[in-house]
Amino acid sequence: MKAGNEAAGAANAAPAKTQPEQLPVRINDKPYYPDGDPQMPLLWYLRDVLRLTGTKFGCGIGACGACTVLIDGKAARACLTPMQAVSGRAITTIEGLEGAQLHPVQQAWLEHDVAQCGYCQAGQIMAAIDLLARKRKPSDDDIGEIANLCRCGTYPRIRSAIQRAAVLMAEGNS
Amino acid sequence: MSPTLALTRRRFLKFGLTASGALLVGYRCSAAARATVPSELLGDDLVSLTAFVMIERDNRVVIGARGCEIGQGVITSLPMLIAEELDVEWSRVRVIQLPYGYEEVDGKPSNRYGDQFAGGSTSIQTAWKDLREAGALARWLLLQAAANAWSVPVENLRTEAGHVLNVDGRTLSYGALARTAAALPMPANAPAPKDPDSFKLVGKPIRAADGRRIVTGQNRYGIDEYLSGALVAVMLRCPYLDGTLESLDDSEARKVRGVRDVVRIEGPKPGEPFDGPLAAGVAVLADNTWAALQGRNALKPVWKQGPWAEESSAALAARANALLDEDKDGIEVRKDGDLAKSRKRARHSLSARYEVPFLAHATLEPPGALIELRQDGALLIASMQNPSGASRVISELTGLPRDRIEIRLPRSGGGFGRRLENDFVAEAVQIAKLAGKPVKLMWTREDDLAHDFYRPFGVHALSATLDRRNRVEGWTHRCAATSRTYRTARMQDDPAWTGCLEPDDFPAGLVDDLEKTFFPVQSGMPRGWWRAPLHTFHAFAVQSFIDEIAYEVRRDAVELRLEMLGEAREISYRGHGGPVFDTGRMANVLRLCAEKIHWKEKRTDGRGIGIACHFTFGGYTAHAFEVSMDGERLRIHRAICVVDVGRVVNPLGLEAQMMGGTIDGISTALNLAITVRDGQVEQKNFPQYPLLKMADAPKKVEVHIVESTRDPVGGGEMGIASVAPALANAIFATTTVRIRKLPLLPELMRML
Ligand code: FES
Ligand code: FES
Repeated sequence: MKAGNEAAGAANAAPAKTQPEQLPVRINDKPYYPDGDPQMPLLWYLRDVLRLTGTKFGCGIGACGACTVLIDGKAARACLTPMQAVSGRAITTIEGLEGAQLHPVQQAWLEHDVAQCGYCQAGQIMAAIDLLARKRKPSDDDIGEIANLCRCGTYPRIRSAIQRAAVLMAEGNS
Repeated sequence: MSPTLALTRRRFLKFGLTASGALLVGYRCSAAARATVPSELLGDDLVSLTAFVMIERDNRVVIGARGCEIGQGVITSLPMLIAEELDVEWSRVRVIQLPYGYEEVDGKPSNRYGDQFAGGSTSIQTAWKDLREAGALARWLLLQAAANAWSVPVENLRTEAGHVLNVDGRTLSYGALARTAAALPMPANAPAPKDPDSFKLVGKPIRAADGRRIVTGQNRYGIDEYLSGALVAVMLRCPYLDGTLESLDDSEARKVRGVRDVVRIEGPKPGEPFDGPLAAGVAVLADNTWAALQGRNALKPVWKQGPWAEESSAALAARANALLDEDKDGIEVRKDGDLAKSRKRARHSLSARYEVPFLAHATLEPPGALIELRQDGALLIASMQNPSGASRVISELTGLPRDRIEIRLPRSGGGFGRRLENDFVAEAVQIAKLAGKPVKLMWTREDDLAHDFYRPFGVHALSATLDRRNRVEGWTHRCAATSRTYRTARMQDDPAWTGCLEPDDFPAGLVDDLEKTFFPVQSGMPRGWWRAPLHTFHAFAVQSFIDEIAYEVRRDAVELRLEMLGEAREISYRGHGGPVFDTGRMANVLRLCAEKIHWKEKRTDGRGIGIACHFTFGGYTAHAFEVSMDGERLRIHRAICVVDVGRVVNPLGLEAQMMGGTIDGISTALNLAITVRDGQVEQKNFPQYPLLKMADAPKKVEVHIVESTRDPVGGGEMGIASVAPALANAIFATTTVRIRKLPLLPELMRML
């Protein structure tokens, strides 16, 4: 499945060839020089071209948050972000979180067994990371600002997992 | 069964391996010789001990999960049952998802893994029997193998944590025994499973078996599967119910970079059952989803409106009410005693009508399918609930025998009944046939909301008569609705009220004089099963009405319900979840729920509480909410759910289902409706079908699980039916506004 002129599949799409006139988009710490339709939303580039399918499609209009990724550390809707807007920026997807060990938010998600169908959870986790980067001890209302939809109704466990992640992160920093 | 030239390569390989010593045995003793396991289970160091169990030399255990995982937790709970019977430590178990297990036994369709259907909350109930037996069989083989190795009677042996223990102190690991165990002949009778009172694992909270794969984004759902050479297909479907494509200009679409083909798909024949695509349409095939979407945008179709061009929600409601007013030619659902008499005697009588809307399933992962058709077989990977239905659909459309159709069952991004249908599979097959290529069919949210099998729409007219001590004596439930059976091939012989009214549901059997009558309302909207279908459809009316009665005659709403339930006993219940309804278990969850919400405590802070209870598919549930109005905003301060589903396999999973069911119930009751206008569905995407957001959901759902030693039923659908009435009752308590139409919030805003 090729995306316009882009090389098909993750293997060919990475890493970058030298194209000095274009700033690479860094995705999970690897540079890419997409040469397909600049209007293509990041969501489809991630999924169809790089096969990073952890980022999900739920609505395509920015209403559900299933496609939430971090762009320069801030939560953004990949379905509304055209590729032309991300050159020179750093993108983190759910696949890029895990280092030597799970990210504390992923850890907290596991501890609280948050997922039901799990489809929204990558987006929820990215949104939670963004929130915790801004508020180290988020209040209930702060957490309520996350507008990602969960069709399965996992919100109470998302809340407790975020509180738990805040504790884990504070411990990690001390 | 012997290898023949007709066997596919994969099958032959498996068979070869079988012959070389890694004996694969079935969970049914009789089918032992035929059972196979998926290729990912086969390995040098693995020995298959049943179709579900593989044991590694180092004593780690792989357990196959057979169910369609749609978020209800069967990838964890079903393997737990096997692990329990096998006596292995959960920490040493790796769970893998099994594919669809179609096979033919004596020429008849069968399934080597048993029941893989995800509907009606039956997975646990079925597995409680056959998967426990499968685990017990594997354990039996290991015990026999150890008895042979030591030349001791099997009575001297017991198992614990993956080992066989001899009374003399010797032990052997399962890993060491697996090969000889696998070569043993099957027992004549299935070995008996354990006494549930001795369970070590079942009943303990266990996290999702594939949780780590979910939080790391590694889990692949149906939508995440790709196949080399496959094109992405996106369809433009006729927006009019049963409309057709009159003409098409696809010249611009074909110019879009990446678009490879445009094909037309026939819709269903008006009036005939839906056994394929739901609507006529055009499929755009492209190199990737974005190109396909761009191509779709560039299509210029001319649609011909179908026979339902005039259909609207307003007209349907008017028609339903007119049928109830005329009260002619209703279909009798149940009739007890003599209503005329109780009416005459009545001290009080009361009636009210309640309206419930069409609903869409809106699974967060939209429908879709990846299909490859070959001369000699097919491969389907899709998120689904009904793989045997999919296998039939593919076979019918391609002429391929069903045992040549491989179906994999990835985790699904929600089900709720949407994936019991296989229209999207039929579409993918038709497109793949026309394109001559493998196809990855993608649905968008717009497609999903406009082309669903909707929960029926209907109006419930309830009336009750009370004697001079204000006890309910007579009960009438008349329902006018768009019948669920509409154009469903397998329901053509079912009565029209199926899925809308249940003869034996509360308060049937508890009041002397009772009538239930159904009036079908014609509509072109496709209808389907929506989470706890029948129950979410009518419990709102019944449980709201009880509250109205209590208020009218100044009785306590809990007391009134308890009085109607009467003394604890089992009464006949012929619907799904029967054969009995236990009034005592219902009363118990209701009492407990009342206690938890502090029912007797008067609220003086503007808050109101409401309660309701309902019996769904063998499970007993009660909900209570404490709410208040904050300007135009409804605040839910407390949400309580009490449930009795018998013995609990995984309390953590059950709690999740109850919490999720409660929030789904709140989301749906407050805001969700599908409406029709000019023969088209009006809702386009989430802004018009606004699922509850975290900020509006209760921060906590207090779930209380009744301890029980009864055989378990499932939990996927038990946590929702009593939500809407409990909420409506709570809103009444705080606002004195009685809402009789779902969704509640728009009505409340209109009435305040
Ligand atoms: S898919 Fe991007 S917000 Fe829904
Ligand atoms: S867990 Fe299913 S949508 Fe959130």
